[in-house]
Amino acid sequence: MKLPLPTIDRMTATAPGPAPVSGPATRVSTETHCPYCALQCGMTVTASPGTRRLPEVAPRDFATNAGRLCQKGWTSAAVLAAPDRLLTPLVRPRPGAALAPADWDTALDTVAGRLREIAAEHGPDAVAVFGGGGLTNEKAYALGKFARVALGTSQIDYNGRFCMSSAAAAGIRAFGVDRGLPFPVGDLAEADAVLLVGANVAETMPPFLQHLQRASAGGGLMVVDPRHTATAEKATLHLAPTPGTDLALALGLLHVAVVDGYVDHGYVERRTRGLTDAWRLAARWWPERVERVTGVPVALQRATVRLLATAQRAYVLTGRGADQHSKGTDTVSAFINLALALGLPGRGGSGYGCLTGQGNGQGGREHGQKADQLPGYRRLDDPAARAHVAGVWGVEPDSLPGPGRAGYELLDALGTPDGPKALLVFASNPVVSAPRAAHVQERLAALDLLVVADVVPSETAALADVVLPVTQWAEEEGTLTDLDGRVIRRRRAVSPPPGPRTDLDVLHGLATRLGQPPARFPADARTVFEELRRASAGGPADYSGITWERLDAGEALHWPCPDVPAGAAPHRGTPRLFLTRFATDDGRARFVAVDHRPPAEEPDSRHPLYVTTGRVLAHYQSGAQTRRVPELLGAEPECFVEVHPDTAARAGLREGGRARVVGWRGTVVATVRLVPTMRPDTVFLPFHFPGAGRANLLTNPALDPVSRMPEFKVAVVRLEPMGPR
Amino acid sequence: MRRHVVVAGYGMAAARLVEELRLRDPDAERVAVTVLGAEEVPAYNRVLLSGVLAGGLTAGDIGLHRPGWPAAHGVEVRTGSRVLAVDRDRRCVALASGEEVGYDRLVLATGSTPRLPARLGGPGVVAFRTLADCAEILGAATGRVVVLGGGLLGLEAARGLAGRGGDVTVAHPGTHLMERQLDAGAGRVLARTLTGLGVRVRLGALATRYDRPAREVHLADGGVLPADLVVVAAGVRPEVGLARGAGLAVGRGVLVDDRLRSVTDPRVAAVGDCAEHRGVVYGLVQPAWEQATVLADLLTGADGAARYRGSRTVTRLKARDVDLAAMGDPHAADDPAAGVEALELADPSGGRYARLVLRDGRVAGAIALGFPAAAARLTQLYDTDRPAPTDRLGLLVGGAFRAEPHEAESPARLPDRAVVCRCNTVTKGRLVAAWTAGARGLAGLAEATRATTGCGGCTEAVCGLAEWLDRADPAPVAIEEGAA
Repeated sequence: MKLPLPTIDRMTATAPGPAPVSGPATRVSTETHCPYCALQCGMTVTASPGTRRLPEVAPRDFATNAGRLCQKGWTSAAVLAAPDRLLTPLVRPRPGAALAPADWDTALDTVAGRLREIAAEHGPDAVAVFGGGGLTNEKAYALGKFARVALGTSQIDYNGRFCMSSAAAAGIRAFGVDRGLPFPVGDLAEADAVLLVGANVAETMPPFLQHLQRASAGGGLMVVDPRHTATAEKATLHLAPTPGTDLALALGLLHVAVVDGYVDHGYVERRTRGLTDAWRLAARWWPERVERVTGVPVALQRATVRLLATAQRAYVLTGRGADQHSKGTDTVSAFINLALALGLPGRGGSGYGCLTGQGNGQGGREHGQKADQLPGYRRLDDPAARAHVAGVWGVEPDSLPGPGRAGYELLDALGTPDGPKALLVFASNPVVSAPRAAHVQERLAALDLLVVADVVPSETAALADVVLPVTQWAEEEGTLTDLDGRVIRRRRAVSPPPGPRTDLDVLHGLATRLGQPPARFPADARTVFEELRRASAGGPADYSGITWERLDAGEALHWPCPDVPAGAAPHRGTPRLFLTRFATDDGRARFVAVDHRPPAEEPDSRHPLYVTTGRVLAHYQSGAQTRRVPELLGAEPECFVEVHPDTAARAGLREGGRARVVGWRGTVVATVRLVPTMRPDTVFLPFHFPGAGRANLLTNPALDPVSRMPEFKVAVVRLEPMGPR
Repeated sequence: MRRHVVVAGYGMAAARLVEELRLRDPDAERVAVTVLGAEEVPAYNRVLLSGVLAGGLTAGDIGLHRPGWPAAHGVEVRTGSRVLAVDRDRRCVALASGEEVGYDRLVLATGSTPRLPARLGGPGVVAFRTLADCAEILGAATGRVVVLGGGLLGLEAARGLAGRGGDVTVAHPGTHLMERQLDAGAGRVLARTLTGLGVRVRLGALATRYDRPAREVHLADGGVLPADLVVVAAGVRPEVGLARGAGLAVGRGVLVDDRLRSVTDPRVAAVGDCAEHRGVVYGLVQPAWEQATVLADLLTGADGAARYRGSRTVTRLKARDVDLAAMGDPHAADDPAAGVEALELADPSGGRYARLVLRDGRVAGAIALGFPAAAARLTQLYDTDRPAPTDRLGLLVGGAFRAEPHEAESPARLPDRAVVCRCNTVTKGRLVAAWTAGARGLAGLAEATRATTGCGGCTEAVCGLAEWLDRADPAPVAIEEGAA
């Protein structure tokens, strides 16, 4: 359904709009995408240059959203006019002093000078970089190159580590390559059965739900979530495991598939390896044992497998609920094992997929801002990959550092004797979004130099020694890769206000000051993309056949899309992976033998409840953007805690009152919401809020041994009443 | 110094112990391990034997260790090596072959053996305990099968065979099925459920002999049951012969302390079905695994403070289409003065029965038959000893944690603050305000409020609201809430 352009007066807010662009006062419409999640809904941004009116945003008919938007998308233009938008660089003249405005040269000279000093004194690894899954492909690529070439540091990672790194690792183990959805998202619209594991899409990417309409209407939607979420409400079957037991549940479902005769033996024989060893562990998870550990009734386990196995077209999709555990990789592997046993992956009209979270969560994990990775989803420890990328960069392969610390370990090492002394942060707000947030804040404070590039004064920027104001989505050009591996164009729809520069420009300015040839770090996105094409050529995520011309012409190009010799017809991209073979040496998918283990922390007498964290519809990630949109802040103004009424009564809490949620690592203050569908042993906190409402004050940095993912989804707490505010 | 641990037995407890040892001592630096198994086959998952009988699994599916696993992990496994005697003074065990194996620590994991009344021995009569038993049953089960014993194991076997289309009768000496776990009411409903699944149930039926030539089981009451095969599931007894012969204290099982050591000899431990801990012989796999974990901590020194303090057990029948869980003491009567609440619900025609006993607001015992969700929830509450929800009835039938099914409400009755479109936080009040301001129909309301433009799930509700507003006369007054 395509709706007419709404005329919503609210969107012409009184907040200062973007600066007028010179030219005739006509309305200019630009096709671009939403600034937020990985669905990357297509939208048209209509600016009125020469006026102070906010641009108008309207959905368009793009593959992921088909003419729909959620409240975040509709109101996204308001972020362009955030009242506290950063417009000038800020420099803290001395430790403890307030940040003061500075011109760009001063700010960049200060940063470059300090970086040189720190590297000279402590070595290149004393400088670290922390990126984000919201960066465009070009920025993610340039950031990785900047770290390894201009800084020569191994210490770079990004907030995607906290997002879907577990599913990425599990996908590579099973299929040889990780692309969130290895099929176009629209394929899901034909599904008869979909098992959604730890994904509350009704809140996190509402327009996605239309792709599940057929499954949902036909009684084939199944949701695994400890909470009865808005998504679970739409499901025929809701499996509500005890937090931290999804892996046991997945093993149980595989067990049922085997015992109840639903294994697709022909497929397993032809297209996979390793079922025997995976089964040996799943064999110990008979449904009655699984029920005891997970609380999911045996009959429900059986019904789930039956529905999935007997559907004509069936999918297993995992989200953060599977990822964000100290055993997230094994959990996702266990669900992939189930999908493989049923013969789903690599079969047209069926499959397994991971629902990527951040706007460029997919592209952001392919082009080298990850600790162990080079562009094109290459491995940093692969000599051939190093040689190829070093060739493109014009440096010696041996000059490239090796893999560095991952995510939380990087943050945890900041300011320690062996750790980095300086940190550059792009597109991330770890003070709110990292686990054990108060500790991370301490580590940031222990740095000799913290530099934050952001659009608005985020909670992390507030701690910085130097803040660099940068442009945002509708003010800039570039590409992103959406949740199904399709490369899309972000286009400039409005002029940025005077002052902010693009992240690419910032990197160019810093690299030049650090002695790099100016041409090595271009500030122009398209030029960077051309280089990215060459750097990714031959890698798993091969973009070399993709050009901005093709994208602007409306081609739907999913990677891999290799370049072809001159004269040959261009490669059409790969909308569906694995149809004939998986990306492993022998073309077969791998079952991975995994076993359940309990979460790192379990309830005790002082902390009798589980706490799980997640998202709400009105906010995105750390809320740095959405908390600045009045309509969104109005919808969800502060942190709340969802509690079963019995549990609340025992703790002396009432609806609307305030509670202290007390865990091992800290205390969160939240408003009480009584939710009768909650498990009585579990409370829920959204993580979008700052200060004392930071859910991540409680979360556990216990790490997954493979993905280094922290355990965001399970910790233990008690509830205490608090007086009125 | 490396300790030599010898494990007598290679069943589920032994296999788990060995795995736990190697988790803590992967390179065999602290303990050398020798496993002596009586059966000819490597350890397998006995819990899944009922699955083999039912046909979902084959013998090959239930092995616990990959071939080569023991060797790869520095574990010496010898199958077909029954331990005949223990010499505690010389610290060695004697095998049937005459060979002796010395130990620093001996672990008895000899399991249990089926009770097979002597009067019933002979061809055509098998127990249901081992893979070999399974093979024998399946080889012979084309005709009429009589299962002696209506306990957990007997019923699982009977259900499995009936599921394959077999002609199965359960002859149970008691007055109702599973009398150790169930009350009479539950037993009656269970019998009815099983009958519906093709299992004949004969109560008060004590078998006196099996007349093989006539293919008949004779009962104490004079009755006769035709039987081409008799499966005996009359319970098991801990295998304590070795311990007794070695002079270790034995009650029903080998008496062990919280370190799983024999109370007689600290160099000998016992785990699993053959062990008796604080007066309890569990005969279940979960406690055996918990014991194995503790013992591995102690034997490797990984956690010298590890102790086994007993397990909570839940009986869960593993039989397709029969949802039965029983736990604790479900028999107490309601007694408010003593803090005891008892709830009961019987629906024999529906195949459902539930009984719940709460003590001080916590689950002290429960039976849930035909209530799958209740079984799951009660089990977790019993295991964790958490307070039961105030919605006792919901707990009894498995309805708690779940929202009341909400009828499609008339838009008129919806409060103004009710959110109709979640994706855009649009309340009924705002839709009414938009209508009052002139927005008409779905498209008009969508344009004015963005309702329906997210996931589209509220389209029907908004249409209904639009129709109601169009019909309403006079027009309802919008509440200004949220209608900026």
